[in-house]
Formats: sequence, C-alpha cells, structure tokens
Amino acid sequence: MAVLVIAEHHHGALSDATHKVVTAAAKFGGDVDILVAGEHAGDVAPAAAKVSGVRKVLKAEGESLRKQTAESMEALVVPMMANYDAVFIAASTTGKNIAPRIAAKLDVMQLSEIVDVVDSSTFTRPIYAGNAIMTVKSSDAKKIITVRGTAFEAAGNDGSASVEDVAAPEGPFKSEFVSEEMVKSDRPELTGAKRVVSGGRALGSADEFNRLIVPLADKLGAAVGASRAAVDAGYAPNDYQVGQTGKIVAPELYIAIGISGAIQHLAGMKDSKIIVAINKDEEAPIFQVSDYGLVADLFNAVPELTEAL
Amino acid sequence: MKVLVPVKRVIDYNVKVRVKPDKSGVDLANVKMSMNPFDEISVEEAVRMKEAGTVTEIVVVSVGPQQAQETLRTALAMGADRGILIKTDANVEPLGVAKLLAKVVADESPDLVILGKQAIDDDSNQTGQMLAALLDWPQGTFAFKLEKDGDKLKVTREVDGGLQTVSLTLPAIVTVDLRLNEPRYASLPNIMKAKKKEIVEKTPEEYGVDISPRLTVVTVTEPPVRQAGEKVEDVATLVSKLKTAGAV
Repeated sequence: MAVLVIAEHHHGALSDATHKVVTAAAKFGGDVDILVAGEHAGDVAPAAAKVSGVRKVLKAEGESLRKQTAESMEALVVPMMANYDAVFIAASTTGKNIAPRIAAKLDVMQLSEIVDVVDSSTFTRPIYAGNAIMTVKSSDAKKIITVRGTAFEAAGNDGSASVEDVAAPEGPFKSEFVSEEMVKSDRPELTGAKRVVSGGRALGSADEFNRLIVPLADKLGAAVGASRAAVDAGYAPNDYQVGQTGKIVAPELYIAIGISGAIQHLAGMKDSKIIVAINKDEEAPIFQVSDYGLVADLFNAVPELTEAL
Repeated sequence: MKVLVPVKRVIDYNVKVRVKPDKSGVDLANVKMSMNPFDEISVEEAVRMKEAGTVTEIVVVSVGPQQAQETLRTALAMGADRGILIKTDANVEPLGVAKLLAKVVADESPDLVILGKQAIDDDSNQTGQMLAALLDWPQGTFAFKLEKDGDKLKVTREVDGGLQTVSLTLPAIVTVDLRLNEPRYASLPNIMKAKKKEIVEKTPEEYGVDISPRLTVVTVTEPPVRQAGEKVEDVATLVSKLKTAGAV
C-alpha cells in the first residue's frame, strides 16, 4: 500500500499541519510519499524530506500550479493515483477545496475531517458540529481523506527522503488566480498555536477588540481568535473565526473573552487542554466547558489579566 | 443568466442533537427541520442577482424525502422561480447528490450553480467541489463576494490567512461562506405566492443514478463530555491557578 500526502505550505514554509497528516497517513499504513506542489515547492521540498517516516517527496512546480487551484491540482493528482491507495490532506481551506474534486474524478466518496484511523478502511469523524462522533467503513477501493490536524500528533523531523520532480499539468484552466489579501501577522498560526485568546460580541467594537484582546495575546505569545458573532460584526477578520464552520483549534490554553459559547463555537475549541472563560453572564454556556471561569466585566478583567501576567 | 441552487433539509441550527441509544445514528424523530443555513445564503445570493438584473431564472432543487418540498417552498418564497424535488428516503451521500445534480444540470443548462459550502448535519463540505469535477467546470468555493465580469465570474474566497480572488469562466460552480450576505425572511405575500409556484417531482431512478452508499456507519456515539471546572473569584486567583497548572 502507498499513501500520497499533499503538503500544506505557506510562504515557502512547510506547515505543521503536514506533519500531523503524515501521522494519520502512517496509521493508515503502507509507504507515505509527500507531494509538494505550487509556488515555493522547491524551498519546501527539503523540509518535507525530513518528515519522519516519509519514503519520497514529489515536487511539482509550474505556473499552472502556482496557487494550487482545485482545477490544476485535480489535473496533477488524479493521474498519479494509479500508484496510490489513498490521498491524505489537511482539512484546511486548501484541502477542502481540492480533495472532493479528486474524489469525484476517481468515483470515491471522500471522508472529511477524520479524527482517527481505525483500520485501512474504517475512520472516525465528527458530525453535527462535533455533537456526535461517527465511525464509518468505506467500500471504495481508494480513500480520499481530509484530516483534522488537532486530532493527531505531529510527525518528527528525522527523515531523509529522496526528492523527485513531477511535471506540472498543462494549463490553461477554467479558473484563474486574480489576487489575494492576506492578513499579515507575526503571531502564531491559529490552528497550530499553543495558546489562543478569543474575543466575542461583548467587546462591542473592533477598537475594543484590538485594545483588549490583542495585548493579552501578545503577552502570552498567543494566536487571536474570535466568535462568529464578533467576525460578523466586523470586530475581527474572517479567518479568525473559531467554530464548526471556521477554524478548529485545540491549544494548551484557550481564553474565551466575552463569548457566550454557542454550540457552533464550542465545536471549534472544546478539545483545548485548559479553557478559561471570562464573561459577565454567569449562566453563559461557555462556563460548562471551561476549567476556570471568571464572572466579571471583561473591560476591567482583561486589562488586569494582561497586567498580571 | 440562469442559476441552479441546490438546497438541503437538515436539523434546525438551534436544535441540540441527540445520539440514539443503539448508536445507529442521530435521533431525527420530532425534531425541528429547516433549510441548511448555508443554502439560505445561496438562495439569497441568487435572488439578489436576479433583482440586480444579472439573473433571469432561479431553479431550486432538493434531494430528500417528501418533506423536503417544504424546504423548496421556503426557497420559492424567498424569490426562486421553480423547484425540483428528487424524492428519496435514502440517506444520499455527497457523491450521490453531486451525480444527481450533474443530471439536473444536463437538463436545465444553468450558467451557474450556487451551493452552500457545507451542510450542518454531516459537515462534509464536498458536494459543490464534486459537482464541479463531474461537470469539468471551474469552482469558486467559500465565496465572500461574487462579481459578474463579462462572461466570467470573479469570486472572492475566504481562505486560511485572508481572502483570495479567482476568475471563473462560466458556466461555473460557487459554494458560499457565511459573510456573502444576510438571507431575508420571506414576506407573507411571497409565502402565499410560493404556494402557486411549480415543483416537479423526480426520483433518483428516473435520472439513472446509483445512489447506493459507499460508507457504512459502524457506530455513532456521543463525544466525550467535558466537565465544567471551577469559578474563580478574581483575576489574581485566575493567574495563580493558571501558574499552578503550568499554563502560563
């Protein structure tokens, strides 16, 4: 058996999510190869070759693959699947965009956001915003799988795989990259962060969000998250959203500030190791999952906390 | 431009789901059902495009039991023109739904299909991308903004780290994210009008699509329950607890 792991990488750096996907792929069994595609693939490939347990790294660079559009990735990966039994990819926006396209081309029913590999055809995944956990057996010959990174440990870095070039598919494709606006931040990436400070609607404005949440996060070296209500109200950028339809996080420490704790939000953070909630409403559902709850006015408590740390 | 909007009937957003004691699935008996919230956003976007004059006809389609007709009526009341119900009591997986939708696309020849990025029941996030692959159409997933640009459609997408804009050659597939719009509530006159709009009933067999599942459910269980911890008096206590726990 052989598994193709499609690497997640940003700005020339291999994402930690890839290491976690490799762990899931190793549990599936067989040889594990990593495909590094897109711009900066040449910079990323040596890091991918060091991931523990990897047989070889396949590097594909070319104009058509630059932004890893689903159309170009389908054209690259589908022909490669003659040699593989499974595709494993992170359940990131890139993975979610690409994987079902490959699955449909291969007439395979994909398994989304798995949290465990039971055996080579049986997998566990959350449904209903994590309010139920489903174990399913796939009857498809090949498996196409997206992996929830927070459920797997990262693979180590003691590998020494070979790197091979793979030709990029010929364009043009019916989808073209136009532009991107990325949020620039020196903070850790939200889904992989060890600590996360999240703000909710109770902050009342983007100014207050930045005045209170950001300094606390900086003090802790934490990533910044937000509830859907805070994002919808424009207090924080879209990709800060933690929850069922946003980012899934499981840091060592999660601090929820002014977040009531809707089930859709809890779905995104309840696997955090230590949860702290600060809310003035003592009945807020967030206190049902928090290890330490502080019933207080956040406008007083947060600056005090930032000061005390 | 003609638009096709698939809609799914799911457990209402506000219902707390319960796992059946025999671990065979989730209890759907006597539970409030509604249109998948992401699909409401799809319908709203199509209706806004029609109001703006870029869209001439909106066809809505649902794969599901007889009651999915209510979901189609909701979409018709929001402003869609007619509906197709592909009636089945079977649990159809995203791949099966995508194959059925590909047949509907062949019959209806829309220029654009707008879908929700995921359904809030099985959280798969697959159907739109699969349909795009089956049709060999381009896809713009997790849409934050749509802009018609001649014979192309510019889609700004919510991606990890920010926003990305792609230009799709029509016909195309779009899946929508939360911030695209805020769906309207249907007005009473429109709800009345929707009752007269046409809904055609079909079956998966009529389309010649094999919808037999590829996945067999082994068990469905409750997630591990997280115990509530303690309330702390003040910030100083909180800090000392966190220090003791080694969290800061």
